Amino acid sequence: MVKNSFCMNFLSRSANEGFSRAVVSAFASQLDPTLEEINDIKTAVSEAVTNCIVHAYGDDGGKIYISAELYEDNTIKIKIRDKGKGIENVSQAMEPLFTTVGGERAGLGFAVMMSFMDSVKVRSTIGKGTSITMIKKLRHRFSVNG
Amino acid sequence: MAVKINVTGEVVTAYLTGELDHHTAKEMREAVDNAVELNMPSLLVLDFSGISFMDSSGIGLVMGRYRNLQKTGAALHISGASPTIYKVLKLAGIEKLAKLEGDKQNG
Ligand SMILES: Nc1ncnc2c1ncn2[C@@H]1O[C@H](COP(=O)(O)OP(=O)(O)OP(=O)(O)O)[C@@H](O)[C@H]1O
Ligand SMILES: [Mg+2]
Repeated sequence: MVKNSFCMNFLSRSANEGFSRAVVSAFASQLDPTLEEINDIKTAVSEAVTNCIVHAYGDDGGKIYISAELYEDNTIKIKIRDKGKGIENVSQAMEPLFTTVGGERAGLGFAVMMSFMDSVKVRSTIGKGTSITMIKKLRHRFSVNG
Repeated sequence: MAVKINVTGEVVTAYLTGELDHHTAKEMREAVDNAVELNMPSLLVLDFSGISFMDSSGIGLVMGRYRNLQKTGAALHISGASPTIYKVLKLAGIEKLAKLEGDKQNG
């Protein structure tokens, strides 16, 4: 069952990378996550938002949409969406070290998202945009196995 | 300034501070590259102890500097990486490109 949710949108500006990951991590803190879990979430959000800014819109700009839901079982679901250029081959894009820009980009954004979150789903349509849905279950801090 | 540079003999150490993402990487990269061009070190140390957050833009920064240094045969070391920073660097197998000083190695 959904315990809480929020959504927001903001302009595709690199200054919003720090802003958006701070918002999501503040929201996630309601689940009493560990520092490591909060950092995992921050990093994954940063990757997805940066991809919208760098790849989806480039110099054109546009809006980035984030929504998140917290569930009773200590799970957080985060959706990050753009209406940019879309990804031609999603499974190729998700491979470690694959990048279409090279130079200063490592091609590891999706690898980071996949290793820091429990699941990452990508839906993309050329010319329409891309949506990334990420789920992470946080451990119960006060459980016996703690 | 997000980068403080220290030059000792043939060693350039760049102390990076703040959050390292796509937004901040450009300024850090330029400061490091300027120092390298100016001093032609045989060793560049990137110090992460002042970095509070890093995503794959940080991996790009390290890999890009590694590529540049290869042209002159200079070495690259990384120091002061916290466990959170190391968690990201590890994904890129960065220890194959740059020697990790302190923490992880000796700890
Ligand atoms: N929102 C998006 N819109 C369009 N293309 C995208 C989007 N996200 C990712 N891509 C494509 O997928 C590729 C891989 O993305 P990934 O984040 O793994 O690497 P990168 O962004 O190129 O490099 P890094 O994240 O390491 O800086 C990108 O190079 C780009 O071509
Ligand atoms: Mg990326």
